[in-house]
Amino acid sequence: MNIANQLKIALKALANNKLRCFLTMLGIIIGVASVITMLAIGQGSKDSIRDQISEMGSNMIMIHPGNMQRGGVRQNSDAMQTLKVGDYEALGNLPGVAAISPSVNSSGQLVNGNNNYPSTIYGVTPDYLDIRKLKVKDGALFTEQDIKQAAKVCILGKTVVDNLFPNGEDPVGRVVRFGKIPMTVIGVLESKGTNSMGMDQDDVVLAPYTTVMKRILAIDYIQGIFASAVDEAHTEETIDAMTATLRERHKIKDDADDDFEIRSQQELSEMMNSTSDMMTVLLACIAGISLLVGGIGIMNIMYVSVTERTREIGLRMSIGARGVDILTQFLIEAVIISVSGGIIGVIVGVVATWLVNIIAHWPVHIQIYSMALSFVVCTITGVFFGWYPARKAASLDPIEAIRYE
Amino acid sequence: MSDKNTTITASPGPDAGKGKVIISIRDMRRNFTVGDETVKALRGVSFDIREGEFVTIMGKSGSGKSTLLNILGCLDTPTSGDYDLDGDSVAHMSKNRRAVTRNRKIGFVFQNYNLLPKTTSLENVELPLLYNPSVSASERREKARKALVAVGLENRINHRSNQMSGGQQQRVAIARALVNDPVIILADEATGNLDTRTSFSILTLFQELHSRGRTIIFVTHNPELAAYSSRNIVLRDGKIVSDTVNEHPLSAKEAYDNLPKDND
Ligand SMILES: Nc1ncnc2c1ncn2[C@@H]1O[C@H](COP(=O)(O)OP(=O)(O)OP(=O)(O)O)[C@@H](O)[C@H]1O
Ligand SMILES: [Mg+2]
Repeated sequence: MNIANQLKIALKALANNKLRCFLTMLGIIIGVASVITMLAIGQGSKDSIRDQISEMGSNMIMIHPGNMQRGGVRQNSDAMQTLKVGDYEALGNLPGVAAISPSVNSSGQLVNGNNNYPSTIYGVTPDYLDIRKLKVKDGALFTEQDIKQAAKVCILGKTVVDNLFPNGEDPVGRVVRFGKIPMTVIGVLESKGTNSMGMDQDDVVLAPYTTVMKRILAIDYIQGIFASAVDEAHTEETIDAMTATLRERHKIKDDADDDFEIRSQQELSEMMNSTSDMMTVLLACIAGISLLVGGIGIMNIMYVSVTERTREIGLRMSIGARGVDILTQFLIEAVIISVSGGIIGVIVGVVATWLVNIIAHWPVHIQIYSMALSFVVCTITGVFFGWYPARKAASLDPIEAIRYE
Repeated sequence: MSDKNTTITASPGPDAGKGKVIISIRDMRRNFTVGDETVKALRGVSFDIREGEFVTIMGKSGSGKSTLLNILGCLDTPTSGDYDLDGDSVAHMSKNRRAVTRNRKIGFVFQNYNLLPKTTSLENVELPLLYNPSVSASERREKARKALVAVGLENRINHRSNQMSGGQQQRVAIARALVNDPVIILADEATGNLDTRTSFSILTLFQELHSRGRTIIFVTHNPELAAYSSRNIVLRDGKIVSDTVNEHPLSAKEAYDNLPKDND
């Protein structure tokens, strides 16, 4: 039997049954496209969490007061006053520390003339910008001198600028009030946009920590310390050294718990990764179910058309088609439907993923393996269920097949 | 079993000496098993058919006509008995060999046409040749066209099967049976679904094909049609009860012309 004739026969049979063709392909398209889209969303959110963690700053180490139990009552870490400026200075002298900044913050209303905006002011040192990967776009950073004098200066994030200076004036050099305290704007931060968890990273005001401590909060302790290790390999070591220094400074007995908590970015990213892994598993389950549903759809269409097709097989055999001719025809049909359905499914999946990204602004990342996997699974399902009923029909005697009911 | 012209004959048949034997069956039996019952559809049938014969096979419903014709057409296999078709022993052929035999040597016309739906006459007629790799595409087209002309459908070549009347569909089916230049044309109740006029026009077509040398076996349960063939075999309960030669077949064309035309 020559293959050109076989192709011709199969193509004609397909053309005669466009609806059945289309329905079968639809099952494959839905299966393939949904797997690609689901996995792209899962991977996209995972990626964006990873990016977000790394954009928070590299090799970051965070120290907060805490972990202290008095009489079995766990205390709110904000109410604890165990971290002092001296701790920050001592830690800054450790060899593995590349940058370090104390952190104190206060929420309040920022006012510029008629415009006001509620934000949070962070008291830090210039190192903080390195640790958090922030940059000053216009103006300048505050200096050691400003810190010493608790100067009434601040640096604004873009969101704050947009709200306080809605007409596009240059904020540098202007005086805004934080509560009752007038502060001179000396710089504007480069915009970082929204992070992947939907938090506005530009809604921020930076000032010397001394200013926030003395003039705004009137406290003598700090709320936290941000630091970064020289490199990732030394993070663990640096944390150990910091723990030792702080325990010594806080005079904690060997058997007592720390009165502070040190967390590294690595820990954080592990934590967040496990959350997004869970989400990926969930999406993979949904995708698997769509694949199954698509497969069952393919199966149904193929089986429903068996009566009609068995008669066709009987007719073809009655005029001289051999079993192998029938099987070849059905195999070609099934391969054409499945492969083209699979290709369309991949295209639809990619377009749907793109739309999710454009319309819902969800982060997405299409993976090659998800395309390959769904394509292969659906194609094999399609080919199998196209071929299997034909195999049964082709083994009948022509007269049985032609009278099949 | 007491028809007055009963002349039960085994081989050599009544046409002995007129042409080469194309079909030769001996003691053909076919049993069907339905549940625990055995239905004996053919109980030992023997005859020879020679080149150029136009044989009608008759008998009451259930007498085994279709069963016999299906076996002759290699669509079914006998329970026992010998069957030689054009020198080959069909009874011992493999499934694939039988398929090839159907393709090269047999033209089968069904009562219900059995055309591919939504397919043009030309494509339906070409179909047997698509399963024959030795026929080229241009040859295929040419032969299919010729066959359609031979059945008088030169104006319906590109019509689809669902756009044609029953008589026209049956003509397409006959063209399809002719296209592979078979040694024998087998028709099972080929006029069974058609009105009298159309039946006679189809019968005329078969007579024309016969006059051009085709060998035809025509199964019908209409006893009138025996007069139009050159030989008539009657079956009853799976056995031959009569096998008679008709030296002077009537002309179907004349009968057709004498039929009252449709008045509306
Ligand atoms: N596939 C089958 N299974 C069981 N019994 C069958 C089968 N085919 C035919 N028969 C039986 O064989 C007998 C002969 O049937 P056959 O179809 O050959 O009759 P027929 O002469 O063609 O009748 P009709 O004029 O009604 O077409 C019947 O009794 C029928 O019931
Ligand atoms: Mg019958």
